[in-house]
Amino acid sequence: MDLSSQTSSLPTCSVSLSINGQKHDLELHPWVSLLDLLRGPLELTGTKKGCDHGQCGACTVLVDGQRVNSCLKLAVSLDGSEITTIEGLGSPENMHPMQKAFLEHDAYQCGYCTPGQICSAVGLVGEGHAHNRAEIRELMSGNLCRCGAYTNIADAIEEVMGAEAAKSNKEAAE
Amino acid sequence: MLNSSKVVGLPLSRIDGPLKVTGRAKYAAEHFGPGMLQGYVLFSTIATGRIAEIDTSEAERFPGVVKVYTHENRPPAAKKDEQWKDEVAVPGHPFRPLENDRVLYDGQPIALVVADSFEAARDATSIIRVRYEAGEPHTDLKREQDNSYVPPVPRDKQMAPPPPRGNPEGAFAQAPHQISATYSLEGEYHNPMELFGTTVIFGQDGELTIYDKSQGSQNSHDTVCKIFGLDPEKVVAHNEFVGGAFGSGLRPKYQLFFAVMASLDMKRSVKVEMSRREMFYLTWRPTSIQNLSLAADAEGRLQSVMHHAMHATSQYEDYQENVANWSGLLYKCDNVKITYEITKLDVSTPGDMRAPGAATGVTALETAMDELAYEVGLDPVELRIRNFIHRDQNQDKEITSKALHACYREGAARFGWSERVMQPRSMRDGNDLVGWGMATGVWEAQLSPAEARVRLSSDGKVVVSAAASDIGTGTYTILGQIGADAFDLPLHAVSVKIGQSTLPKTAVQGGSWTAASSGSAVQVASRMVIATLLRHAQKMENSPLAKATEEQVEVADGRLVLEANHQVGVAISDIMDAAGVTFIEENGKVEPDPSIQKKFSAYTHSGVFVEVKVDEELCRPRVTRVVIAVAAGKILNPKTARSQILGGVVMGLGMALYEEGLADHRIGRIMNPNIAEYHVPAHADVEDIEVIFIEEDDDKASPIGVKGLGEIGIVGVAAAVSNAIFHATGSRIRSFPITLDKILADNLLESETVQ
Repeated sequence: MDLSSQTSSLPTCSVSLSINGQKHDLELHPWVSLLDLLRGPLELTGTKKGCDHGQCGACTVLVDGQRVNSCLKLAVSLDGSEITTIEGLGSPENMHPMQKAFLEHDAYQCGYCTPGQICSAVGLVGEGHAHNRAEIRELMSGNLCRCGAYTNIADAIEEVMGAEAAKSNKEAAE
Repeated sequence: MLNSSKVVGLPLSRIDGPLKVTGRAKYAAEHFGPGMLQGYVLFSTIATGRIAEIDTSEAERFPGVVKVYTHENRPPAAKKDEQWKDEVAVPGHPFRPLENDRVLYDGQPIALVVADSFEAARDATSIIRVRYEAGEPHTDLKREQDNSYVPPVPRDKQMAPPPPRGNPEGAFAQAPHQISATYSLEGEYHNPMELFGTTVIFGQDGELTIYDKSQGSQNSHDTVCKIFGLDPEKVVAHNEFVGGAFGSGLRPKYQLFFAVMASLDMKRSVKVEMSRREMFYLTWRPTSIQNLSLAADAEGRLQSVMHHAMHATSQYEDYQENVANWSGLLYKCDNVKITYEITKLDVSTPGDMRAPGAATGVTALETAMDELAYEVGLDPVELRIRNFIHRDQNQDKEITSKALHACYREGAARFGWSERVMQPRSMRDGNDLVGWGMATGVWEAQLSPAEARVRLSSDGKVVVSAAASDIGTGTYTILGQIGADAFDLPLHAVSVKIGQSTLPKTAVQGGSWTAASSGSAVQVASRMVIATLLRHAQKMENSPLAKATEEQVEVADGRLVLEANHQVGVAISDIMDAAGVTFIEENGKVEPDPSIQKKFSAYTHSGVFVEVKVDEELCRPRVTRVVIAVAAGKILNPKTARSQILGGVVMGLGMALYEEGLADHRIGRIMNPNIAEYHVPAHADVEDIEVIFIEEDDDKASPIGVKGLGEIGIVGVAAAVSNAIFHATGSRIRSFPITLDKILADNLLESETVQ
């Protein structure tokens, strides 16, 4: 896809990104952030812009499984990367366990920081560094929530972490 | 009154939740139109003065830029203040973007760049050259407070202080126990996570579809129609999803004006989204200074309450909020004087922020009550119980319900308050000093005029619609619950349509009134649908409901039946078949009942209990535990209701410990306009919060018995934290937020005095 028709006199770079399992070959201006690429030309607006300065975490996505503030990444620097956004984690009909847990625990109100919180939480579980509630709180502190759903978010993450731990214990026993 | 049922009163998950947790909910700046342009705003870097020269020639040549707007080429818009006033405007002259060369505050928008990409618009603003003639800024409230004045035009008459009663000065002088102190609160910024944004889709016939970040789609719609002289029929405004607002979205923001202006001018679709930095140049909770004097007799009964409140406003509008009146009604006292003033500064007009006025005034009152408790030597809860009153002395009216005793009792029991040792610095945990503090919260329970439409189809499905908003409050879900309850349906059989200006008239979402108002309107419309069903049923041959009245019937299991005997009834599908209709639709309406308003005042109340731990050497405070007991009438959904209170408490922690706009008054500019340096509570700051609801049966506050929950969660929290810090450290800090430097300075002062 050529997204450079706009402001076309300026230079572009070729980039190949896999986004939610779909390959995108893109011609991009080098100053376009991953966040603006997602929210603008690709119309993947589930990823949110809250500050554009890496301060709020609303734009968190998974890049090769790692949680990343997409506002701080230039899209052209991610050639060959696998990117998962909130849309790729699940759909209303087929939710990811973390999305289900957020729904059940009312771990959001306005819903704007929520995609970032969920992507960050999925990244957190994958990292394996958080073992208790205090560590969840500390390691989720890059994701601000102005509605103040923090305790419910911690509940949701604890539940998913507990279920994952039980699953791996069971697998180990078998 | 609405009783708990199969759906009402249950902790159900939000019906809009699946869209929110999967990223499918579309917020204002997330809509697209063919050939859409993007706007980006340049803001002033002086606080007062004029633009001597603005050179946009380089920006206009920047690749991708389509047009640059300044005060020199802005398309015409309304001339009269009246046309610029939105539904909740305050007295004064509303701000008009790019009207002239005057700069009235730091961060004022002075140019709009419109380009074919976001990046081009953003980057081109950086090469606009501006030469200012800067004036001397006046932004320091402490320095300007001698210029304070009583607002000549009250925002509304409820906000004016009540007339003084008794002899407050004389009673104060004679009382055995007195406290008198000054409390200051720094300015706060709402900072909802969603940036203010507007998308305007320009239609083929010039009709506009507007997606605006707003607490009222009809307010956005009506305001732009007035400003640009548009045919109201050709404009539709949407706010189906709002990424938080907390009051900042009550009045339309300038990006709405810009997006519509550019769209009309270029006949193109246009999107304008603010930067986080611009979010500090809008509505804010004003900096305030309050003086409070309380006096009590030997038993702790209040003898005198004198509260003077003063806060900032802008040069162009007289923003007002009810800061101090609470001090005349929360406790029994016959000698009361309340005064209220504002002071003009070179700042943007402040605005309502979660519990406007109460969050500020009750912080001072409840800190003062704690000081009085120590002065008298009484437990802080006991002091409040001794001054309990079941009457509004300000307005001399009865109170519809006030389960505040139960809030104290249940909150204290759950917190373990009886274990508290009164003496400050008497509890510790390792290196931490431990403190327990409490406060009362109060907010008005309001009903605003509201309409709603309910449609019942022959297949049993229900559609509820109103131009109400859901800014994270749970409106979708509770309106669905009320609709489901009326027709004995599961929640998923009801669809809820809100957030659009074409739907039945609803006020902006504010003041905690949406659930009570729109909820009651849905109930009224539902009863009207049932009445129409009954009329159709009675026309059927040998109708078993022939003699039934509207009050005697209800819907159960797909049938219209006698309430007293569900055996007697007719299937809804049979009634509609017989009448030859496929659906029945009615519009319901509620408004405040003057006969109730004449006799009664309605308030929500809370008791807040807080534990802090303060590192003894570093004086760093953190809140480790909060228990809040809330009396707010009927609770429609304990899950979303609890979240509302959690949110209020968390914002209260921000008010207590973190949030302040830091200005350099020499240049009149905000120095921390970003959410790394303006601290809001983060995950690590929020430990354990327990919410208790004390249900009240209240048939007067609103037709469905609901009082509202959006504000009460924050009120009193900052005072409870400050009281806990006093209990932990012995330092009484009367300047908010209570940052560690203030505790440290007070402790150092104390130790110097001791030496």
